[in-house]
Amino acid sequence: MSRGPAPKQGNRPVAIVSFAQSPSMRRIDQANEVELLMPVLADVFAGADMNKDDLDFICSGSTDYLIGGPFSFVMALDAIGVWPPKSESHVEMDAAWALYESWVRLQEGDMDVALVYGFGKSSLGDLNRILAMQLDPYTMGPLWPDQVSLAALQAQAMIDAGLATEEDFAAVASRARRDALTNPNAQVAKDISVADLLAEDYAVTPLRPHTLPPLSDAAAAVILVAGDRAFDIVENPAWITGIDHRIETHALGARDLTTSVSTTKAAAMAGVAEKPVDIAEIHAPFAHQEILLASALGLESSTVINPSGGPLAANPLMAGGLIRMGEAASRIFDGTASRAVAHATSGPVLQQNLVCVLEGAS
Amino acid sequence: MSERCAIIGIGQTYHKAKRDDVSIAGLVREAAQAALDDAGMAYADIDAVVIGKAPDMFEGIMMPELYLAGALGAVGKPMLRVHTAGSVGGSTALVAAHLVASGVHKRVLTVAFEKQSESDAMWALSVPQPFSAPLLAGAGGYFAPIIRAYIRRSGAPDDIGLKVAVKDRLHALKNPYAHLKLPDISLEMVKESIMLWDPLHYLESCPSSDGAAAMVIASEDVAASQEAATGRPAAWVHGMAMRSEPTMFAGRNQINPQAGRDCAKDVFGQAGITNPRAELDCAEVYVPFSWYEPMWLENLGFCDEGDGWKLTDSGATSLDGGDIPWNCSGGVLSSNPIGASGMLRFLEAALQVRGMAGDHQVEGARKALGHAYGGGSQFFAMWVVGSDKPG
Repeated sequence: MSRGPAPKQGNRPVAIVSFAQSPSMRRIDQANEVELLMPVLADVFAGADMNKDDLDFICSGSTDYLIGGPFSFVMALDAIGVWPPKSESHVEMDAAWALYESWVRLQEGDMDVALVYGFGKSSLGDLNRILAMQLDPYTMGPLWPDQVSLAALQAQAMIDAGLATEEDFAAVASRARRDALTNPNAQVAKDISVADLLAEDYAVTPLRPHTLPPLSDAAAAVILVAGDRAFDIVENPAWITGIDHRIETHALGARDLTTSVSTTKAAAMAGVAEKPVDIAEIHAPFAHQEILLASALGLESSTVINPSGGPLAANPLMAGGLIRMGEAASRIFDGTASRAVAHATSGPVLQQNLVCVLEGAS
Repeated sequence: MSERCAIIGIGQTYHKAKRDDVSIAGLVREAAQAALDDAGMAYADIDAVVIGKAPDMFEGIMMPELYLAGALGAVGKPMLRVHTAGSVGGSTALVAAHLVASGVHKRVLTVAFEKQSESDAMWALSVPQPFSAPLLAGAGGYFAPIIRAYIRRSGAPDDIGLKVAVKDRLHALKNPYAHLKLPDISLEMVKESIMLWDPLHYLESCPSSDGAAAMVIASEDVAASQEAATGRPAAWVHGMAMRSEPTMFAGRNQINPQAGRDCAKDVFGQAGITNPRAELDCAEVYVPFSWYEPMWLENLGFCDEGDGWKLTDSGATSLDGGDIPWNCSGGVLSSNPIGASGMLRFLEAALQVRGMAGDHQVEGARKALGHAYGGGSQFFAMWVVGSDKPG
């Protein structure tokens, strides 16, 4: 029997034992993706007292459309130096899904240690143009709706449904900026009142600039270990007791944008509600989405949300979801939480969502 | 703790240069529906969907799986998108199979596709990147010098590539789904075709295809019930392996890559195979340019290093009397929807051991290899499938 908490999902307990990230910055010109990753990988290995030879499996998440070329993951793998060759895979998704693939792979018992990493440089192109290419290529993409306008439609739908107000959005942003003051990796950190934020002009009605995520360049990495070996590496491994992800239709008009049924389903599968949640790291790039997702996750008011500042403080595409998992795990490592929830999202206005429950041993 | 898993449904499109009769959603659905029909299932029976394709720039859509969630019946379910370069079709099948082998799911639909006519793969492969040498010649230009080095090292006669090109196109004539159908194919015809990248003639290269491939992968209990319901046998997974090696590394042997050798050793070890030429009945191997047949014969251990061309030369890899037929479907040389090309290799291996390969069936095939590689030969994915449950 494992000394870790009994997992709700999976046959074999798997824990996050190390997490590292680069500070998120608006624009990193002096490092390409490989150079951005190398110090992060050195940190994540140091955190587990491991090196590449300890790895049984590697999985990463990234997207070609940020660099504007094919195979952005190919050179990134050279940041590790996989020699002799390793068992390795890649998802064209946020690296949170690379963590999911790794968790699945570790269930079978023939592998014990996995490295997961993700990276994204949003500064290389125009995200409003790039992300429009995620939409239905025949009917919607050619209209080039930008991500901020789509998020504004969602925010307005929430207001119209009486679920939140512009003051509520500003309160989320104010709290996120204040919390980010203690996060050395955050990009937007400030002590600023709700009233001051509401004095801003609209970006796209009803969204003001403070409700939008920053454009970020960053990389992140996690090491997963299966079984009690995790206790040899850290005192408080962050055990994955539940993990699930779900997708919704791409047809925005066919979805109720004021809620996230995929998040609610994934949360139920992962067992979020089965015990109290101390903290939640929610991958809500826009302020109103934090309110929406906290509700969809079924969190109680006692749960501390995004103590890192969340995506409103730093939002590197393709690594942002994995950072939520790493930040949540860090709260388990340092003992400030015994049960945490991490959420990741992908696709236009929260189309696809992943929910992970992390628990300490006690 | 690894659970047995089986391929119980297989589907593919009619591969063509331009499938302008369907959208991308229509293309993937054609393959997926065929796989579900074969499995005796509906979309509602599926637990999760795993989709793969090569670079998004090949169609000009970022993460097209998001838009395909509805078409593939994935709404409300987990959906994963794999991208591992040219090996992606194989890797995608492996990710799907691991979802079952791990016990997480029991019925997984896996799909891979490319609709090359929607964009231009040669352009997408040739976008200049800072601090990188531009690859303006596409994949053939990258591999031609490696092939020349193979010819020099092995002392192979010049016509081996021509023979592979003819053999695979003769095989394709027996496969209704194959893209290239060249009934008059001959050594002379290949030799007379234009030289693209010396020593590769036009007809020694893969075509650009639109196409999709799909499989339903199931747990042991589901496979048993569906076999009983449909009367069609399952193919059992006997081994699965992936390997990657660095791109920029002075110690790389690009002619006989370590990652390929390690991957083969791993997958054959799991399947209990010590002599692949003797113990396998056939193989579907990713051969996008003719000379990769002798090169991979050596890399995968079907013969000693330097002897691959002798197997090809002797006809050993031909469906017509060879002892170890390779690419009975016509292979990548006859159909190349890039993202799906690897999955087609995996799927064709499974068709063979189910005895359902039609005119290109290897009589009595019970064990087969599916193989895919990608990038500049850094990425490998393989599985061994059999008619019997693994011991």
